[in-house]
Amino acid sequence: MNTLTRTQDNNPATRPEAALLPPVDVIEDSTGITLYADLPGVPRDKLALRIEGDQLTIEGEIALAVTPGMESTHAEVTLPRYRRAFTLSKELDAGKVSAELAQGVLRVRIPKADHAQPRRIEVRVA
Amino acid sequence: MYRSLFPRDLFAELDRLQRDMSGAFDYSPAIRGLGRGGYPALNVGSTSTGVEVFAFAPGIDPATLDIQLDRGVLTIAGERGAAAPAASDEKATLHINERFAGRFRRVVSMPDDIDPASVTAEFRDGVVRVAAQRKAAAQPRRIEVQ
Repeated sequence: MNTLTRTQDNNPATRPEAALLPPVDVIEDSTGITLYADLPGVPRDKLALRIEGDQLTIEGEIALAVTPGMESTHAEVTLPRYRRAFTLSKELDAGKVSAELAQGVLRVRIPKADHAQPRRIEVRVA
Repeated sequence: MYRSLFPRDLFAELDRLQRDMSGAFDYSPAIRGLGRGGYPALNVGSTSTGVEVFAFAPGIDPATLDIQLDRGVLTIAGERGAAAPAASDEKATLHINERFAGRFRRVVSMPDDIDPASVTAEFRDGVVRVAAQRKAAAQPRRIEVQ
């Protein structure tokens, strides 16, 4: 009946595992968008940044140096991975995305496509 | 009973729900509170030989971090700056602002049997790991049968 929910993936085998939603800051300036995401505990090789169509997905696994046999007595970070997705708008150039990860903070820069860059139109006196 | 001025604020509603729930269950939290949702988030684990505290503090300069152990109370304090928009661009717009910025201070009670001299701290991938060993007298020992 409801085709909208039917399109979602309800198969437990292929459904993505539960993940934390990392907090982000998104700042837009005249040449593009900068996104900062807090991903503490994620090393560079466990971070995956994907662009499929107009969707940007950030996914990272936490890798902590935990002593074997450690029993958790208090936990606020309760899942070992982060995931968050954003829909990009048309004027952004998905092919020129750059990203860097430093001290658990991911910085993603998405420039605007050339045709969307602000232009000043000269008004000539006729 | 406190009611939010802005009933559509989902987070205020959730806060209220949490308070109502804790009242309904007559739950008595520790004197220093639950402290959930603060920055940095803390995970604490223990073994028979030591205790480890993981503080999830991304984007801070480890040199500005102040970690102190005073009479069994571990304090992690510091400051995190805001992701400053490019100052040269006055058209910069902050669309989403969820990340913590400002001074922070979190406190954890450590077990009585830890050795203050054994405490070490390291910072990697935005996580501070504070490890403390239990005193030798408190370590489990295997007693040989003569």
